[in-house]
Formats: sequence, structure tokens, C-alpha cells
Amino acid sequence: MGFFDIFLVEALVNGLLLGGVLALLALGLNLIFGVIDVAWICYAELVMFGMYAMYYFVIVFGLSYWVAAPMAIALIGVMGVLLHVLVIAPLLGTAPINQLLATGGVLFFLQSLATVAFGIDFRNLGIRLPTLEVAEVFVSYARLLAFGAALTGMLALWLFLTRTYTGTAIRAIAQDREIMALMGVDTRRVYVITSAVGGALAGLASCLLVLQYDVHPFVGLSFGPITFMICVMGGLGNMIGGFIAAFIFAEIISIGGLYLDLEWGYVFAFVFFIAMMFVRPEGLLARRS
Amino acid sequence: MLELRNVDTGYGTFQALFGASLEVRLGEAVGVIGPNGAGKTTLMRVISGLIRPTAGQVLWEGTDLATVPAHRIVELGIAHVPEHRRLFPRMTVEDNLRMGAFMPAARPKFAQRLEFVYGLFPRMKERRNQLAGTMSGGEQQMCAIGRALMSDPRILLMDEPSAGLAPVIVQQVFELVRRIRESGLTVLIVEQNVQQVLKVVDRAYLLEAGTIRMSGTAAELSASDTIREAYLGV
Amino acid sequence: MNAIPKGKAGLWAAAAAALVILPLAWGSPYPMHIMITILIWSFAYTSWSMMGRFGLVSLGHGGFMGVGAYVTALAWNNLGLSPWLGIPLGLLCAALLALVVAWPCFRFRITGHYFALVTLALSGIVLQVIVATRGLTGGSLGYTPDRVPGGSSIIAFQFTDKSTWYLIALAVWAMGLVIWYAVQHSMMRYALEAISEDEDAAAAAGVNVTAEKLKITVISAMMTALSGALYCQYQMFVSPDSVSGIAISLQMVFAVVVGGIYVALGPTIGAVITILLGEGLRIGFGPAAVGWDNLIYGLLLVIFIIFLPQGILGSIMSVWRRNTARAAA
Repeated sequence: MGFFDIFLVEALVNGLLLGGVLALLALGLNLIFGVIDVAWICYAELVMFGMYAMYYFVIVFGLSYWVAAPMAIALIGVMGVLLHVLVIAPLLGTAPINQLLATGGVLFFLQSLATVAFGIDFRNLGIRLPTLEVAEVFVSYARLLAFGAALTGMLALWLFLTRTYTGTAIRAIAQDREIMALMGVDTRRVYVITSAVGGALAGLASCLLVLQYDVHPFVGLSFGPITFMICVMGGLGNMIGGFIAAFIFAEIISIGGLYLDLEWGYVFAFVFFIAMMFVRPEGLLARRS
Repeated sequence: MLELRNVDTGYGTFQALFGASLEVRLGEAVGVIGPNGAGKTTLMRVISGLIRPTAGQVLWEGTDLATVPAHRIVELGIAHVPEHRRLFPRMTVEDNLRMGAFMPAARPKFAQRLEFVYGLFPRMKERRNQLAGTMSGGEQQMCAIGRALMSDPRILLMDEPSAGLAPVIVQQVFELVRRIRESGLTVLIVEQNVQQVLKVVDRAYLLEAGTIRMSGTAAELSASDTIREAYLGV
Repeated sequence: MNAIPKGKAGLWAAAAAALVILPLAWGSPYPMHIMITILIWSFAYTSWSMMGRFGLVSLGHGGFMGVGAYVTALAWNNLGLSPWLGIPLGLLCAALLALVVAWPCFRFRITGHYFALVTLALSGIVLQVIVATRGLTGGSLGYTPDRVPGGSSIIAFQFTDKSTWYLIALAVWAMGLVIWYAVQHSMMRYALEAISEDEDAAAAAGVNVTAEKLKITVISAMMTALSGALYCQYQMFVSPDSVSGIAISLQMVFAVVVGGIYVALGPTIGAVITILLGEGLRIGFGPAAVGWDNLIYGLLLVIFIIFLPQGILGSIMSVWRRNTARAAA
């Protein structure tokens, strides 16, 4: 697949850059989980749709990347809201596993919808960003841009969560759901907003991933499982844990992929994950309750 | 100002209140006393809309709260300090207070209300950047009361403010209740600590097994034989 | 489930005999193929529901199925090991994999969402391993067990005759139901039901929570691996997408939820519906149907979970039971 280079330093740098995007993905999933107590199994499929949206906006409609990106982010934000309103909200009172499986149904649905609507061809934006050379280490601008944008997105989310009333309510709801009404908070509304933000984060990730990878209906399967592992290892709903775990996994994948194939990078990550479960089963930064 | 008329309610098939009626007038401090499991917390929850009456009415200035969504009730001026304080333990004191001012009408007054609460509880100002869950029980109770006051309410519902606190802290909490009611706020307080609560309220109701058994002024109840024997231990 | 009354026993025997004889007498290859496919997948879905019905929602069963299929085929092609030994080897590998993943999960109380996500990662990873070892497994292009000259051999577990496959599939499917009933009538069921209600209470009542959960997980994983091996031997071809990965795991969940998770024949009904739906679309629309079957599955899964969480058979049976109870009263 050729996205890892021969030198260890390059692999390390690339791992760091990959970690930024993985952290962004894990953050969105963790946000949804922490607030609504639901795991969106179809999260990576939302990203896939975002990548298709970028493809259509840029290649088919001829828009500039910078115009298309906010549109794709908004579109996936709306998809997040629809997912919540149509699938999750009717199931909120039922066993949590029902909600998880229903999003599994959505995963199937979105994958097939993409197959039917877009076909199974691999597509890309055809944008080839130049490569930066620093002391003989080659780093692509696409990855630097992705890393920078991912960090910016996470910073924006952090400011939203700490500096606004709605953001404070989103953090509070994860700590005590039941008394939110006493604060005058309509939890249903906060869920919808959270779903929109979670979707928008997936949208942002898709704008960045589409610069580096081809899009096809099954592209979600190549980073979905790794995102779930990151979230579980960081502690579901624990955003800081997920952030750290994302970089650890990215380095494992990147360095593993340097010596063998990329798939082996994933396999090492999984082995590491299982090993970590023996050591720190509640996640990296577990809060002992 | 606040009136419950023959309210029945419960959880599923379990009925917790049977035809409960009570009234709180403007500027009053009213107590509800009774043993564990009498339905005192349920009484508070039915007022703030966390559960709904299955029969009877909850009237706030004459209008029935039955159709008002729970999250709108605080906007009408009813603030509830829940049982066990229920702070957001992993947020700072100031973020907890910010949640108290969440409703749109309270947000422009945030700085002013914060000043008021910090004036009432200088300790909270010292600890404003501390995580709420790391404070002592008494401090947490201050924070919980402060959070309720942030919405600039017209009535404060307090559910067992002294529960789980050391005796010397209990004294401080009732001192706080006295100061709050002296500031002109109407207070409805539910307590097991009958002796203390009867010192700070004007009137009180005795709630047993989901039914109001007795009501009267604090002095009347303190003098009643039933109360003296069962709750004051004299 | 009540014990079968005497009068009904004859009915059951007749049904069983009809299942054995009628398709063989009919003998037409395409319906036979559909029946075999339904039986193999029914067995796989039953395997999933063994643990799924106790609230142990695994999304890793695609992984176990892949292990069973590939280990058997690889052992035959590379070591010349007969599937009669290769299948037990595959089952053993699946059991080990299940233990390695499930043991830390259960020991450290990783349940619900966490367990589903961990196992989801497992099925994704098994697929990655198959793809990564493409020198051995053929990667995403798929893998074919070496055919014996003549096409049929008991030692090679290869049969060209569909009737033979039908009887094998029927026997394995029936065995799945027997295991289902065995669990249903065992102490294990009470232990697992108690665990799914409240782990702490079950542990306090003396149930060894970790051991009970591991037992059912290993049984379920081995059954699933067997279904994978059968599928491979029958089709004489496997690809990572057809026996492993998240999609296969979700397909199992889908079929069981649609059929009914708490009734023995629920997974079978689920297999009948999904396979007939898929075949119907394939025949009706030809190549244009690609993707539409999964599109409908996904949609139906969501609709079923929201509106009919007991599944088709489960709902019919609870209505039926209510009516008979009313009639009896």
C-alpha cells in the first residue's frame, strides 16, 4: 500500500501523524459513548460516507477542497443526528446491547448503500500534495495537514466542552444523567447536539483521510476495528485515555508495518491490546470506582 | 405559592405517596419530617417533575405542573438540592455552579449570582478550581446548595441536607438554611433530623408511609406527644 | 420448554423423517444446494445464539468461523492432514483463541459494550491475519482445498454428491439443536441466566461467573469453527470475506435477531429468511442485486430491534403461548 517508508524515524514520525487522525476518530466515538452511553459501531462507515462526499464535491461538482470540507463536515454531522433520532432514540430505554446491534445494522446498511450508490471502485481526489524533507526524513504534507487539522479539531472540541454552557452540560451528563433535568437541561436535546458533534468529528476525519487513502465501500473496515480497540484501551468514554492510546496504537501499526506488511501492524496492535487487557483491563487511565 | 393536592405517585407498581397534600406560602420555610422510606424524597421529586403524579395535582402559583417538562420546572423558579447532593464529581466547583445557571434566563446573571453564592459560601470561592468530588461532605453540601441558588430561584427544595454529615457539620448546614431563609427565599426542606429542622422552619408536616399524618407550626409539632416520642426521643 | 407430550412425539418423528427423505427423493440440485446452505448457516447462527441469548453479545464469531475454515483447509493442503483430524485441530484453535480473548474479558468484568467491541476487533483482526499471510492463505483472493482425484473421498471429507452433503449438514444442524436443548436443560443455563441478570448476585450465590461464561463461549466458538470448516469443505473455496470479518459476525447477529434469539429454532428461521431473501434478490435482479441484500438486512436488523426484538419465531411463540394460556384458563 506504500504508505510507510523504509526508515524507522520516518515510521515514528508517520506513526505520530497517523496518531492524530486516530485520536480524532477515537474522540468522536468516546464523546458519543460518554454522553449517550451508546457505541456507534458504524462510526467508521460515517467516515466512509464523508470521504465519498468529499469525492463528489471535489471531483464531480468541481468544488475547491476548502469549500467541500466544511460541507462534508456538516453533512456527516446531520447524518449523526439522523442516526440518533431514527435509530438510537427509539431504543434509549431498552437494553444497551440493542442500541449497539442496531448501529451494527446501520453499518451493514451504509456499506451496502455505498456499494449500490457508488459501486465498488476505488476513488480518490487525485490531489497529490508534495513531500517535505527534513534531515533526510520524508514526510508528506497530506499527513502533516491531517495531523494539524486533527489537533485543531480536538482543541476546538476541548474549548467547546469547557467554555460553553452546552459543552459543560455534555460533560456533566456523562457524570450524572438523572439530575440533568434539575439543572434545566433537556437531555434529549443534548444527545442530539452531541450526535451532531460526534458526526462532525467523523466528517472532519473523512476530509483528512481522503487526502491519503482511496475511498471504497469497505474502507471503514480498515480503521473501524482499530478505533474500537483504542477506545476500549483508553477506557470507553475517557477522552484523554483514548487520545494517548491512539498514539500508542499508531506507533505500533507504523513500526510493525515498517518491518512487515501493514496488516501485520494491525495484528501486532491487537496482540498488544489483548496483552494490555491482562495488565490494565479497565483501560489505560482507569478510574477505579 | 406551591401546593400539592391529593397527590398519588410511585415507581412502577410500587406506590410511594398516597393522597399527599401540602402547601408552602411565599416567604415561608416549611419542613417535611418522617422516617426513612416514608416517601419524603419522592415528594421532592414529584414537585420538580422527576416523577409524575398518577393522581392529584402539583400547583405552582395556581398552574398545574403536570404538563410542564421536568427541565422547564427550574425555569419557573423551583430549584431542587437533591438527596446525596449529586454534584458532578469530576468537574470543578465553578463548573458545577455553571450548570446551576444553565437555563437561558440565568446565563446573563451568571457573574452576579456567582458573586452572591461566593458571598454566602466564601469557602467555595477558595475551592472554585477544585474537583467537586474531592471536597469534604459539608463543602459538597455547600456546593450543591450554591448550584441550586445559581438559577435565582423563588423556592428552594432541600432533600436531607444533613444526611451523612458529621454532627458539627450538621450544625453548620442548618445555620446555612437559616441564613438562606433570612435572605427572603422560600424553603421546603425534607429532613430526618427532626430536632434541628424544627428549629429553622415555620411549619412542618409529618409524612409516614406515603401519607401526611400531621401538620402544624414548628412549635406545635415540637410539643406534640407523637413527635416527641417517636422522633425527638423524649 | 416443556417435555414433549406422547401424542406429539409421533409428529416430531414424522417431521424428522420428512426432513431426511423428502429432499433426497426430490433430488433436484439447486433446491438441495439451498437447503444445505441453510442448514450450515443455521448451525452457525445457532452457535452464536448459544452465548448471545445469555447477553454475551460477541461480534467475534466471524473470527472463529474463519479459523475453523482456514485451519482445516491449510492442514489438508500443506500437511496432508485429513479433515477428520484437521477439523478437530481447527476447533481446538478456535477454542484457544476464544480462551485468550474471553478469559481476560470475563475475569476483569468486561461486559456489554466493551465485550462486543473487543470481540468486534477480534473478527476484524482474524480477517487481517488471513489477508496478511497471503503467501499461505491466498489473501483476499481466497483459498481452495486440494481436490482428491475423482472428487469424492471420505478421508478427504470431499463429496461431489449433494445428497451426502445434505445428510451431513442435516446431522450437524440437528446436533446443534441437541446442544441447544442440552444447555437449556442443564444447571449451566440457570447459572448463565443468573449471570446475565446480575453478575454480583450470581457470584454471591456461589456461581463461578468466569468459568461459566468461558464454558459457553468455548462451546459456542467451537461450534462456529465447525460451521466454518463444513462451509469450506462443501463449497471447496473460502475467502476472508465469506467466513471471517465483521460482516459475517453481524450477519450472525442479524439472522438470530430476526429469527428469535431465545427459541431453539429461531436461528434456523433467521437462516431461512436471510438466505431465501439473498437468493431471491440474486435470481430476480441478477448482478444488479449486489449490495441490495445487505442493504435490506441492515435495514431489517434496525427495524427488528426497534419493533420486534423477540424476533419472528419468538414473537409468534409468545403470542401462541399467551393464547393457549388464555384458552386453558
